[in-house]
Amino acid sequence: MQSLDMSSVDLRTVNETLQAAAKSQANATYEITNPRGSHAVAVGLDGPLSVTVKGSTGYYCAGMNKTASVRVVGSTGPGVAENMMSGEVVIEGDASQYAGATGHGGLLNIKGNASSRCGISMKGIDIVVHGNIGHMSAFMAQKGNLVVLGDAGDALGDSLYEARLFVRGSVKSLGADCIEKEMRSEHIDILKDLLDRAGADAKPEEFRRYGSARQLYNFKIDNVDAY
Amino acid sequence: MCGIVGLFLKSDDLRPKLGDMLTDMLITMTDRGPDSAGIAIYGDEAEGRIKVTVQADAPETAFAGLEDALEEAGFAASLKVIDTHAVVTLPTEAEEAAVAWLEARGLRIMGVGSTMEIYKEVGLPRDVAARFGLRDMGGSHGIGHTRMATESAVTTMGAHPFSTADDQCLVHNGSLSNHNQMRRKLARKGVLTRSENDTEVGAAYISSRIAEGATLGEALEGTIDDLDGFFTFVTGTKTGFGVVRDPIACKPAVMAETDDYVAFASEYRAFADLPGIDAARVWEPEPATVYFWER
Repeated sequence: MQSLDMSSVDLRTVNETLQAAAKSQANATYEITNPRGSHAVAVGLDGPLSVTVKGSTGYYCAGMNKTASVRVVGSTGPGVAENMMSGEVVIEGDASQYAGATGHGGLLNIKGNASSRCGISMKGIDIVVHGNIGHMSAFMAQKGNLVVLGDAGDALGDSLYEARLFVRGSVKSLGADCIEKEMRSEHIDILKDLLDRAGADAKPEEFRRYGSARQLYNFKIDNVDAY
Repeated sequence: MCGIVGLFLKSDDLRPKLGDMLTDMLITMTDRGPDSAGIAIYGDEAEGRIKVTVQADAPETAFAGLEDALEEAGFAASLKVIDTHAVVTLPTEAEEAAVAWLEARGLRIMGVGSTMEIYKEVGLPRDVAARFGLRDMGGSHGIGHTRMATESAVTTMGAHPFSTADDQCLVHNGSLSNHNQMRRKLARKGVLTRSENDTEVGAAYISSRIAEGATLGEALEGTIDDLDGFFTFVTGTKTGFGVVRDPIACKPAVMAETDDYVAFASEYRAFADLPGIDAARVWEPEPATVYFWER
């Protein structure tokens, strides 16, 4: 394992080193120490690489991640794993607003709480939050799964498309066009797989499923001329 | 974008280090607000005396002979000049007359209080902190701000913190959209603001609610209903320190608490050097929820 200490190595060098290691396909292991809340730590990794960040990070940690595995032993600022494509990002602490925003794939596993707008405009990513999520989560979510072991804040799943939302606790309120849906066996299977992969201590049967009612104007063929 | 920092000490042992800790936090927030910086610091109180912090663009001429002129005018005042600012300490009962007298001399009033002093200027936070010697200031609590201007010009008067009542001040990240309407409403009640700035209206709103009998908590609750726009507010009073975010909560905020202090910052980065931060409880304040601490 190689170590990069951010109290002596600057952010650009850290990211260039990690990006080169990921590209080399060597499946290396890196440890980042003293991130001290820095922005954009371990971003743009495109290849097999295992990174552990020891400490809390600022904005946009592990953004655009592809194939690599990033674990943060601390909390992350806004926009963690934004636009993630594949791979896995694990946050041992809490995540701030818009965690996993616009993510296309991979697994974002948040062991603590996520704040507002978690999974906003998600496009295929799977997000598991072991704690609670804040308001406007999964706003305009298009594809993928958002699993919440705790409670969800106001306006969950507003203007939702095809993403599936699973919440074990309470939902403060549902957003426009988001409704509770029947939990069928295929959903139990999807959920069981995600809970196993995230190491979550919960049973799929304890969750409720929410999804799009498909009643907003954008689902009506009569409005197609508007675009 | 702006940067906010705040520190409320629970332990007196840290009092001499307050300015030093706040200065590091302020400088870390430079890239959120490089236009201007300011700090309100709650220091020692002298019984029966009040401190008026004033500012002048040309301190050499504005503050020359000020102490003698105060004496001639009958104010038993003492003067502490720091760069463009001066703290005039005088008997509490002379406050109203002294503020009018100082304003008539063309000095800008930054704030008035029994413990609060306010220092703010245009420039990089590092430079502003050095000019005022913020590192050497002690106290029980303080709040600071680094400004990236949106709603009014980059001037001393547009810099934060804003003080609209004795020992009360406010810093803000965001922008208010109903500040002109609120300014007129407050003016009709006789509450006047000194600048065109939106945050000053927020400060005046909170002060006017407290003057009408509301607690700090109730006044902060009121901002959620009565102020429109984006805001993360941190407010200071003589004994306390409060935080509130608007219901949308786009503007970042993070808090940390240990046995020795409660800290607020726009970003975790500002906490990195605080003592015991690794073991602190760190959390993001909820939207539309008031937090405050009082001693």
